[in-house]
Amino acid sequence: MEDERSFLDICGGPLTLRRRYYSSYCREFGLSSARLSLRSVTAVTCTVWLVAYGLFTLFENSMILSSAIFITILGLLGYLHFVKIDQETLLIIDSLGIQMTSSYASGKESTTFIEMDKVKDVIVNEAIYMSTKPRLDCLIEVYRSCQEILARQKATSASP
Amino acid sequence: MVLKAFFPTCCASADSGLLVGRWVPEQNSAVVLAVVHFPFIPIQVKELLAQVQKVSQVHVAVLGTWCHRQQEPKESLGHFLEGLGAIFSHDPWLQLCRERGTRFWSCKAYHQVSTTPDKSIEDQVMLIFYDQRKVLLSWLHPPTVLPDCQAGDTTASAGGLADIFDTVARSEVLFQNNQFDEGPVRLSHWQSEGVEASILVELTKQASGPVCLLLASLLSLLSAVSACRLWKLWPLSFIRRKLSTCEQLQHRLKHLSLIFSTQKAQSPTQLMKKANMLVSVLIDVALGLLLLSWLHNNNRIGQLANALVPVADVSGFGLCHISASTCQVCLSPGAGVGSFQLPELWEYGERVAEELQHLLQWLMGAPAGLKMNRALDQVLGRFFLYHIHLWISYIHLMSPFIEHILWHVGLSACLGMTVALSILSDIIALLTFHIYCFYVYGARLYCLKIYGLSSLWRLFRGKKWNVLRQRVDSCSYDLDQLFIGTLLFTILVFLLPTTALYYLVFTLLRLLVVTVQGMIHLLVDLINSLPLYSLGLRLCRPYRLAAGVKFRVLEQEAGRPLRLLMQINPLPYNRVVHTYRLPSCGCHPKHSWGSLCRKLFFGELIYPWRQREDKQD
Repeated sequence: MEDERSFLDICGGPLTLRRRYYSSYCREFGLSSARLSLRSVTAVTCTVWLVAYGLFTLFENSMILSSAIFITILGLLGYLHFVKIDQETLLIIDSLGIQMTSSYASGKESTTFIEMDKVKDVIVNEAIYMSTKPRLDCLIEVYRSCQEILARQKATSASP
Repeated sequence: MVLKAFFPTCCASADSGLLVGRWVPEQNSAVVLAVVHFPFIPIQVKELLAQVQKVSQVHVAVLGTWCHRQQEPKESLGHFLEGLGAIFSHDPWLQLCRERGTRFWSCKAYHQVSTTPDKSIEDQVMLIFYDQRKVLLSWLHPPTVLPDCQAGDTTASAGGLADIFDTVARSEVLFQNNQFDEGPVRLSHWQSEGVEASILVELTKQASGPVCLLLASLLSLLSAVSACRLWKLWPLSFIRRKLSTCEQLQHRLKHLSLIFSTQKAQSPTQLMKKANMLVSVLIDVALGLLLLSWLHNNNRIGQLANALVPVADVSGFGLCHISASTCQVCLSPGAGVGSFQLPELWEYGERVAEELQHLLQWLMGAPAGLKMNRALDQVLGRFFLYHIHLWISYIHLMSPFIEHILWHVGLSACLGMTVALSILSDIIALLTFHIYCFYVYGARLYCLKIYGLSSLWRLFRGKKWNVLRQRVDSCSYDLDQLFIGTLLFTILVFLLPTTALYYLVFTLLRLLVVTVQGMIHLLVDLINSLPLYSLGLRLCRPYRLAAGVKFRVLEQEAGRPLRLLMQINPLPYNRVVHTYRLPSCGCHPKHSWGSLCRKLFFGELIYPWRQREDKQD
């Protein structure tokens, strides 16, 4: 069972929360943020190249131009690979654990898995830690579902 | 709790049979290790499992049945499989079934209810696929140390997934037989296509025994020689402490003895340490040989020798030119990596020698518009100039031997790049010895002056330093004491700028040399301590170094059990370096910036790159 809802992040940009219920004890929440806009990329590239061209007319050294090109390419690659997060996913499996994945724009995925023994509770902390920065309403949805599963898990583990 | 069944991906296409593995009651999970195929005799299966249990200390048992419905009709096999549940009783009893034509599985788990033995309750099952080979070969970080089990059962489990990894790793003996063996029982597991091995690895293992023995005896001989009493005598022990080359050689010797020791590695960490050291030594030697070939390539050493011979013969040159050529000689092995042409080298050397003398002439005049005290200035300037003259004459004496020394030093690059760099650092230290001497003279003079000034300043105010109580006390002085004290104070104050200037100049020079030496030591440290084997392993076989696991939900159909794929989450690179870095010589700056500035202000001698075993001079 899958459904999608739109939310806003703290800066006002659009976010999409996608919920999938695989079964009664396994749920997945995916939060996708807006893609990299062509406008911002073009704007940054143009600024850098204008500055480089200005320096070139001042110093008459062609190394400035080639280094500007390198900086632009490397900067874009670095931004896509290390900074721009496309989607964050939370997979919660009863009696196994909670897994959080961040997937970057370049395709890199970084995953953390926490075993259920080590999870005492799920709380809503400040949104600063999540890179997609959702607002409270979105966080409440996720929080409620997680608490349902945790409560279930506690009930089944309490009874032998 | 949901029952979790860990199933190896290699068995997903195996024929029907029995599931063999370990049941972990605390986490309600069953780890399937292999599938036993038909036909089998139950007694033999039980014997095999008992054997495996004895050797590996893992409680393997028959967990259930596996049915791969391709050709057999459904009903007969179904009854047969149910009958097996009576022979191999296990609670809960798993029944995994895969239908032909679909990717979906059906899993049932039956618990025996103790009150009514005929009835059994069904449990929800979650299937987790894992790659057996990768889980077997990987090491979990941080490695959780499970208690050694004496009685065959691990009663304390240190965390669910570490347990799974441990189970698979310790059941290696179960994977020794494959389905092509002629034994009584046919098993299916990751090695069932044939045991994976490499001829090269086996040959190396066989050859490593005697080679290690030979090298270990050689290295122990070397260590005995280096530890003998002769080195403790005064001149040799002093030289040994001061030269970083000796330290580096000893460090390498220690590494080599560890690598070739005849003891096998007790744990994966030790194995990685040995492998890292070996790769580090090999890379070091390779870089050193590269450097050697580059040095001998264009006959640079020969060029230097040719440059020296006409210069040494001609005695009609003034002191400046001779000092220039010898400075060129003494600078070029130290700066040996430059690719200057000969006339440029000559000019460079000449320039540096002249610069030093010009500097002193400048100090003896009116430097930066400051008016120095004439007499003291002349004394200090002439003293230092004479010092340079002595030094240059000494270098001039050495010049016939320079080429041979250079050649032998170049040979030492065979022992490794780190040794070559340490020799470079030592050569720099030796050649800038006069700068070190100047610094010490200037610092001592300045230090005396500062202490004299502070003591006489206290006298001005009628106070005294109480050595016993380590504090300032008031004291009544006599008139003549006060008079002489004031006179001396005035003299010292007016001589302060001169001394301070000389001290400043030579301290800056000394700091420059120390910085260069420090950079070289940092580079040596880096080569020594970088765990290249671990980094290579992380790059090429990321599943061997695991930080954890990650799960992926596979395609699911309503009403079917949930299927997950468990993959290994590799360790990030910075953690690899942090965990596996080799211990280095420890040449780190001992002072913080604040204490360094304080020492500089008071004229105390600074040794920022002091080795660990050195005593204070």
